Amino acid sequence: MSAPHKPLPAWADVALIPLVNVAAAFCISGLVVTAIGENPFEAVRLLLVGALGDLEGVGFTLYYATSFIFTGLAVAICFHAGLFNIGVEGQAYFAGLGAALACLYLGFLPGCTLAFVAILAAALFGAAFAAIPGYLQAKRDSHIVITTIMFNYIASALMGYLLVDVLRAPGQMNPETPTFPLGGVVPHFHDVFARIGVKWPVTPFNLSFLIALAAALGVWALIWRTRLGYEIRTVGANPTAAVYGGVSPARITILTTLLSGALAGGMAVNVILGEEHRLILEYTAGFGFVGIAVALMGRAHPVGIVLAAVLFGMLYQGGAELAFDRPKISRDMIVVIQGLVVLFAGALEHMFRAPVATLLARRAAGPPI
Amino acid sequence: METFDAFIVVFGSGIRLGVPLILACLAGLWSERSGVVDIGLEGKMLVGAFAAAAIAAFTGSAWAGLAGGVCATVFVSLVHGYASIDQRANQIVSGTAINMVADGLTALIGNAIWSQGGRTPQIPATALFNAIELPFAQSFGVVPILGPIYARLISGHDLVTYFAFALAPLTYWALYRTRFGLRLRAVGENPAAVDTAGISVRRLRYSAVVICGVLVGLSGVYLSIAQAAYFQPHMSAGKGFIALAALVFAKWRPWPALATCLLFGFLDALSIRLQGAILPVIGPVPVQAIEALPYILTVVLLAGFIGKATPPRASGVPYVKEV
Repeated sequence: MSAPHKPLPAWADVALIPLVNVAAAFCISGLVVTAIGENPFEAVRLLLVGALGDLEGVGFTLYYATSFIFTGLAVAICFHAGLFNIGVEGQAYFAGLGAALACLYLGFLPGCTLAFVAILAAALFGAAFAAIPGYLQAKRDSHIVITTIMFNYIASALMGYLLVDVLRAPGQMNPETPTFPLGGVVPHFHDVFARIGVKWPVTPFNLSFLIALAAALGVWALIWRTRLGYEIRTVGANPTAAVYGGVSPARITILTTLLSGALAGGMAVNVILGEEHRLILEYTAGFGFVGIAVALMGRAHPVGIVLAAVLFGMLYQGGAELAFDRPKISRDMIVVIQGLVVLFAGALEHMFRAPVATLLARRAAGPPI
Repeated sequence: METFDAFIVVFGSGIRLGVPLILACLAGLWSERSGVVDIGLEGKMLVGAFAAAAIAAFTGSAWAGLAGGVCATVFVSLVHGYASIDQRANQIVSGTAINMVADGLTALIGNAIWSQGGRTPQIPATALFNAIELPFAQSFGVVPILGPIYARLISGHDLVTYFAFALAPLTYWALYRTRFGLRLRAVGENPAAVDTAGISVRRLRYSAVVICGVLVGLSGVYLSIAQAAYFQPHMSAGKGFIALAALVFAKWRPWPALATCLLFGFLDALSIRLQGAILPVIGPVPVQAIEALPYILTVVLLAGFIGKATPPRASGVPYVKEV
């Protein structure tokens, strides 16, 4: 057991180690593809063509990326406070209820005010659902990991009940709400572009992307440019020291989980208000968990998160096309890659530190004689 | 008599639904008692189920399937152990990674081999763990009340089920009555003290992780080649997380773990039984409410409203040896 934290030059710490980790995840993924009898290089080519080959692919890629930016930010903001929020999936799901209720019951609101109210409702519901685990962690010392896992299942059961027995449109077989009025819809980019005379294929890509970028900027400003952000980072680094500095870890824990839940609600804005225009059963489809991979890969920094989210957007869109061309490489491959990224960029993040440090030291010392 | 029959049926199916929970919960207990938090039970259960089904399908032997399933989960457990013990990783992150990889990989490989969307072919009855009839089940079965309980609740389960029930006392004995158990519990509470006594923390934690792998592997084996006769993607359906909830609910103790898992299995059976039923006063039963009950109960317990669930003190904390 050698000490895993050897000093490294800053550039290696910020760029090289994360790259090596992610590369390891993709190498293993390549081996998996080879093992099931397909050519990994061909798979990468098909994946890239599917994700970026035409404007339609790009539209889908950015649509998925929008969800991942939100869920990634939601996980990351908790990382800064030393909290692990596994409940983004449930929070995003519950946020969909807020958006749906606003659209279905406040339809009288004029013009696009409904959309703004629905966005606020999504954030509010997401935050409310995160509030209970946050409160329990802060005040009753119940571990947020366990409570948020439980809350994912509670969300699933609650929403299942509401969609099947309460909110389902009359005469509708599928467990989903009626379609929202137009005022509650976040416009698609192809409609917006058409209005200014630019042709863009019909894709789910919608204006939520801009909200996601704004949220990323907001999180950056919050974490590194405000007093609250400083307090969040202090509690994350050392809660005991935070108390001596006059910061209440309980208050910060609750505030951070509220913000995290609100960010998770952004996914409802993208999918429910931006694309589906109705609330559907299990609409989150595991994207809340992708947020964990995105946050770890992006090293909890908004710039990293946006980049990682676009990469995962490419994987999801390109992966769908790839599965179509090569049925053996089903979409489950993307979940494998995601897991391997979490493993290498998260759990084993220090594994390559010692070898890299040795290598760099040897190079600095010149070639051995 | 009809209610008694219904009672027997629901309890019987509660036992069958409780078995994978018992195995996974006790697996988690071993790991967490040594200080290694394991939220990867769900993923390992899937790996065990897949490997068992695949190997049983190829070899036609239930025992080969069992061995394959257990070996596969022990391997995954060792990956988690390496991350948690040697790499001092965040154990939650490692467990999450395992859940994701397991979920994707089992479906991917299953689909690549059999091209049935990840499902394995039906496994022949000769390659399954079949129900065992205990002696005198037939003749004793005619005795009122006790007869049906013996013949239909106690008799007629497979080997893995009987092992699962034997496991609770076994775990209790090993943890509380042997030197190894004492050390293992100590390493989950205060590893520095164990280290000072000249006992290897690393070795104890690795043993616990391997035991956890074996047991959770068995729960997977049970799912695919005892309860069902095939593997299908995501077939663990959150059972690993219910087992985790049961572990918290049982406050990391073997006997309460057995009881909690049976309770949760029974709730599951009840929710299936009450699907679409209309009860007096309550009206139609919201089945989802019963399904969510284990999770709600666990949160309430964690909140400290009924007793206090305190995890082993060093759980989740990597041990750094003093130099």
